Amino acid sequence: MDKKFIISGSPHIYAKDNVQRIMLDVVIALIPATLGAFYFFGLGAVRVFFVSVVTCLIFEYLIQKFLLKQKPTINDLSAIVTGMLLAFNVPSNLPTWVVIIGSLIAIGIGKMVFGGLGQNLFNPALVARVFLLISFPVYMTSWPKPIASAGQLSDVVTGPTPLGILKESGSISAASQTGELPSYVDMMLGNMGGSMGEVSAILLLIGAIYLLYRKVITLHIPLSYILTVIIFTGIFWLIDPTKYADPLFHLLTGGLILGAFFMATDMVTSPTSYRGQIIFGIGCGVLTALIRLFGAYPEGVSFSILIMNAFVPLIDRISYKHFGEVKA
Amino acid sequence: MLKTFPKGGVHPDDCKLTAKSPIFVATLPDKVYIMLNQSAGAPAVPIVKKGDKVKTGQLIAKGEAFISSNVHSPVTGTIDKIDPILDATGYKHQAIIINVEGEDTWEEGIDITNNLIKEIKATPQEIIEKIKNAGIVGLGGAAFPTHVKLTIPQGKVAEYLLINGAECEPYLTCDHRLMLEKPEEILVGTSIIMKALGVHRAFIGIENNKLDAIELLTKLAKDYNGIEVVTLKKKYPQGAEKQLIKAITGREVPSGKLPIEVGCVVQNVGTAKAIYDAVQKNMPLIERVVTVTGPNVSKPSNFLSRIGIPLKHLIELAGGLPEDTAKLISGGPMMGKTLSNTDIPLTKAMGGILLFPYNLSKRLDPYPCIRCGRCVHACPMGLEPFYLEKLVIKERWEDAEKHWIIDCMECGSCQYICPAKRPLLDYIRLGKNKVSAIIRSRKN
Repeated sequence: MDKKFIISGSPHIYAKDNVQRIMLDVVIALIPATLGAFYFFGLGAVRVFFVSVVTCLIFEYLIQKFLLKQKPTINDLSAIVTGMLLAFNVPSNLPTWVVIIGSLIAIGIGKMVFGGLGQNLFNPALVARVFLLISFPVYMTSWPKPIASAGQLSDVVTGPTPLGILKESGSISAASQTGELPSYVDMMLGNMGGSMGEVSAILLLIGAIYLLYRKVITLHIPLSYILTVIIFTGIFWLIDPTKYADPLFHLLTGGLILGAFFMATDMVTSPTSYRGQIIFGIGCGVLTALIRLFGAYPEGVSFSILIMNAFVPLIDRISYKHFGEVKA
Repeated sequence: MLKTFPKGGVHPDDCKLTAKSPIFVATLPDKVYIMLNQSAGAPAVPIVKKGDKVKTGQLIAKGEAFISSNVHSPVTGTIDKIDPILDATGYKHQAIIINVEGEDTWEEGIDITNNLIKEIKATPQEIIEKIKNAGIVGLGGAAFPTHVKLTIPQGKVAEYLLINGAECEPYLTCDHRLMLEKPEEILVGTSIIMKALGVHRAFIGIENNKLDAIELLTKLAKDYNGIEVVTLKKKYPQGAEKQLIKAITGREVPSGKLPIEVGCVVQNVGTAKAIYDAVQKNMPLIERVVTVTGPNVSKPSNFLSRIGIPLKHLIELAGGLPEDTAKLISGGPMMGKTLSNTDIPLTKAMGGILLFPYNLSKRLDPYPCIRCGRCVHACPMGLEPFYLEKLVIKERWEDAEKHWIIDCMECGSCQYICPAKRPLLDYIRLGKNKVSAIIRSRKN
């Protein structure tokens, strides 16, 4: 028999999941909150969303093709995820040219300088967000009012975020006297000022449940992150409930849920072991609470995750247990 | 709660096409090819020459080295020649080629009846001696000489015997069918090993996708002292030695050590049956159960086949080689070795012949690692396959050693689960070779 057979190492079978499918799952999980953003912030959100996604894809393609001279890999969908998350993390009235700069930073500095997909140390969308926040603080902190601004592409009515009101007022009792704080139900639904994708806790959680069901993420990072924020802010709230906001306020406002379920869980920039993920989540939680309670910025999710991203290689090295190690 | 190992593991589809196919005795071809390297260690030394007449069960090559094993003629016939032939390793090795001449004429002293002999007359020393003479090797796939494995090193004490009936590899059913069709022989074989080791407790571990075998053996085991059947969760690699020990006894074999370190000895169910044959019936190891299967194989089957039968003969019996076969695998799809052609003969270590069509044989293009960590969670040894891959690519051998690359047992779980389809195990194997060489050179 002169039939030739393929010689290869084992294993000879493979699980069905692949990188595109994982990225597609993240895209699917972000759709409810995307639709929510379109509803609350209207045309402005649609504009920012599509500009961000399309320019991320274009920049990835151009950089890979002409700068790195690689085979472009935009079909792995990771640039779409970055584009969506970048859009989620900016106000819906951000000028188009600023969004484009954000995309360039996210893909160029956040991802490609490190060597592309899988190599970056920091979450690309957050790198871009923080870059924009520092470079264009006015644009990045003018928050359109939901619903009211839905029909406008620009020149919208703006107002502060709940966390901004809290930081400005100095204490929760003073903040509530301004009468600008949304109700908890509105916070839950997303009817408040903020980055376009972070406002609706409920729609983000629907997406998160889908990711958990698809096993793209586990609860280790989000739960340890959120619990740490709840415990940390809860302690201060118990000490002085007139000065500090309660944990539910901290949970529902700002980017905590978006950050905990969709940004901190970014596989590339988080630890691989469950133990490491819990350390990472706790670290993010402590930093977020510290920045929110004592920092100069009202919100600390982006900074916390970026800072913890830098610790991932260290966390990875200390946090896994090897079989047969105990008694060896 | 079903017992299982705590860390890692994957759940590939079962694909046990032959779970309900009774063991079928394979016919003999005109020629058989008996490899002299049937076991791990040194090859056996032939004691016959061209033209010699041999009987079935007659010793034809002796395992003279410490780690080596005897080889017997599986047929009655004439020695055609002793020549190197291509074998499962991909290289040529010495084989005794025998022309088969008619019905079996059995070597004297071998009991070929089916009578079950429960009473164990042999002393522990005699048992080990008989196992050695019968050329028994581990039939789970490693083919380590059984008499060596059953000789407990000085200063160590065996406490438990574990009989491995997990058969966690997809497609393979040889152990499953053997447990259903020869349960008493396996139980007596288990008792024999217990006597040889001087242990009073034995566990037969079976995955819960073989409930019929669990039920049957549990019922029959009541008549045997100290043998307990343990139901294991279906999870790959449940049948890996260290994982099986952890699942059943809760003990963790330290890195780089053997199971005896925690008082355990593990034997495959097929080996237990072979030990029964050797000790109670004087029957040398000349045949084994082998599953010939694959998605497009027309008659996937379990064969009781004599050692040395060319695989193409067995494949013909299973309905012939499917047109689009692109991979010929000895063993299961997770750890099996690919073979270059179907002329290769059956050896003692082969429990499965798997034929994969082209669409299952082609590897997908690898993507960059996205650090999803699935390989880390799948690794039953608690290693970080994605990191080891990077260390090997960067040729950082010392770091690879520090990260326990040597402990990888090549179960393939990491590469199976990787969504980026990276050839993790290829790199880890390369790294293991390099690091082992470095460790050896350091000792010299």
